Amino acid sequence: MSAVEHPAPRREIRERLGFLRRSYAMLVKEFIQLKRDRVSFAMIVMLPVMQLMLFGYAINTTPHHLPSAVLLQEDSDLARSILKALENTAYFRFIHEVHDVDDFDNLLKSGKVLFGVEIPRGFERAVRRGDRPALLVAADATDPVAASAAIGSLGMVVQTALKHDLYIGDPPEMPFEIRAHARYNPAAASSLNIVPGLVGTILTMTMLIFTALSVTREVERGTMESLLSMPIKPVEVMFGKIIPYVLVGFVQAFLIISIGVGLFGVPVLGNLVLLALLSTLFITTNLSIGYTISTLVQNQLQAMQMSMMFFLPSILLSGFMFPFAGMPAWAQYLGECLPLTHYLRIVRAIMLKGATMQNLHFDALALAALMLLAMTIAVTRFRRTLD
Amino acid sequence: MSSGNGIAIDVKGLTKSFGGREVVHDLSMQVKRGSIYGFLGPNGSGKTTTIRILCGLLTPDSGEGTCLGYDIRRDAGKIKRKVGYMTQRFSLYQDLSVRENLEFVARLYGLTDARGAARDMIKRLGLSGREEQLAGELSGGWKQRLALGACTLPNPQLLLLDEPTAGVDPKARRDFWNEIHALAAEGLTVLVSTHYMDEAERCHEIAYIAYGYLLAHGTVEEVIAKSALTTYTVTGEDLNGLGAALTGKPGIDMVAPFGTSLHVSGRDVAALEDSIAPWREKGGLHWQKSQPSLEDVFIELMGRSKDNFQ
Repeated sequence: MSAVEHPAPRREIRERLGFLRRSYAMLVKEFIQLKRDRVSFAMIVMLPVMQLMLFGYAINTTPHHLPSAVLLQEDSDLARSILKALENTAYFRFIHEVHDVDDFDNLLKSGKVLFGVEIPRGFERAVRRGDRPALLVAADATDPVAASAAIGSLGMVVQTALKHDLYIGDPPEMPFEIRAHARYNPAAASSLNIVPGLVGTILTMTMLIFTALSVTREVERGTMESLLSMPIKPVEVMFGKIIPYVLVGFVQAFLIISIGVGLFGVPVLGNLVLLALLSTLFITTNLSIGYTISTLVQNQLQAMQMSMMFFLPSILLSGFMFPFAGMPAWAQYLGECLPLTHYLRIVRAIMLKGATMQNLHFDALALAALMLLAMTIAVTRFRRTLD
Repeated sequence: MSSGNGIAIDVKGLTKSFGGREVVHDLSMQVKRGSIYGFLGPNGSGKTTTIRILCGLLTPDSGEGTCLGYDIRRDAGKIKRKVGYMTQRFSLYQDLSVRENLEFVARLYGLTDARGAARDMIKRLGLSGREEQLAGELSGGWKQRLALGACTLPNPQLLLLDEPTAGVDPKARRDFWNEIHALAAEGLTVLVSTHYMDEAERCHEIAYIAYGYLLAHGTVEEVIAKSALTTYTVTGEDLNGLGAALTGKPGIDMVAPFGTSLHVSGRDVAALEDSIAPWREKGGLHWQKSQPSLEDVFIELMGRSKDNFQ
């Protein structure tokens, strides 16, 4: 073999900075593997963009072109003006004009329309007399959020429109009453609230899964045996596996926030540097938790399941889906243990309220504490031997 | 420091069980520095477990000893710096290229100029032109050569090779052994496990392990001599029929066909001779008392250990 003919020069082994050197070796290796895994690499960009587009547009509580019907029991000018005004808002789209109560009910029942307005007989005359007659509104309550938002917008729209009408000057009160069949709910969640929340949710999912598989993958591919026989310490393996993804997470956060600002018009009122710093902390915390999961499980399937077990409560109990303050105390305590809870407060506060570090130090500290806890568990749980 | 006594591996009474099953039983061995030590035995005999204990990947249940002068229980970290371990299954990164794998190892051990070290090793391994190929795409022989390169890269003092030549063609096998001898000549100690008898004969010393027990050790000649086995080599007509007739007769421990001849062996010479006497008088067969081969000895040891321990 060629070895005999060309003995290679023997190279020195440096002990200085061994920790950094070994972590770096691991980090370079992880980067190359990530680069070569084309699907995962594509997901780094595709996942946040797709999810943001999907949820940003889909989770929208402001009604758009709600299919609606009108039950006209009198054909007056005032009735026509009201309908015109409603149509002009783009909230409603009147696809049916009926003159019979049964037809009106059937349309709602069948789901052909989600919204109905009934203008009763003698409406115009009653308004002129100052009787404040009722304008009846029926909404499909199976989608209560959309319905309540539509009803909420109704009063303002009608009043504004009728200012221009001959019959009404500028009365202190509405000349008629809107009687709705679903109750008004002032919680008007819109993309302004959703997009910052999505930053945290998407990051939680992608970061968790990236590292949750990292150790089990080495075990399943048989490379762990080799790795363990080399002089590398658990902390070095951990840093080598986490750091490349901090960068990945940073790119993702940047993408999501850019799309949020550019496409959804979400403002960033606070300091961008502070947002970047605390986002990095949040990313690292999630990566540490993912890595901890990978040291606790036996195979990749378990890793995925455990990630989901962590991910679901993160969505449900963090205040992303439901208002945090509305949860019972025990659920709030549980929520405080989730990094997403703290990050949601941070990201919403910085983007929408222009908060500074002074307002956020509790949540930042909580994130740091969770990160250290996860890292400690990971390092102690990492098996140095094959026992 | 540790080179003073000229012993690379010195362990006593190693025992290791998995789930209540004892895989290594009271194993003691000594390996001289600069020697090639062959580790033989059937599948599941505890060879891999022993090797993993030696490089700190497993902790023994009991027993103690030193590897390169370091305590195998306390100094696993120090042992790992000086030992190259080549696993039975290819365990480099399949999705990293040849060069990237070697650079990873070089960096991890803190070699000065990791790139240069990897480049030199590629040249030394004869892998020039393939350095950008992914390790997973290499053929079996090249993978094995790369794995050996990776574990010799950080200049170890001891190589632990776990069935390095399994599934490799004869030419690659021969090259591999030439390389191992070259490394031993440079002062490296090599412990290598194998199934192949011709490889055992290329070792300075061998140990035979079966069902967790170390049954025989020494040079090839010593192991054969210690076996006290008497072997007759028979040639002639209908050897299959003869083999079937002799199997199980008193004094005959083993009957094994070797191409056109039959090896008949036993430890009790008198009983063996009595049993074969009727066939020796018959014509058409040529009987010759011969030196038992290493394979005869091992097959006999394996048969015996099976009776004793299973």
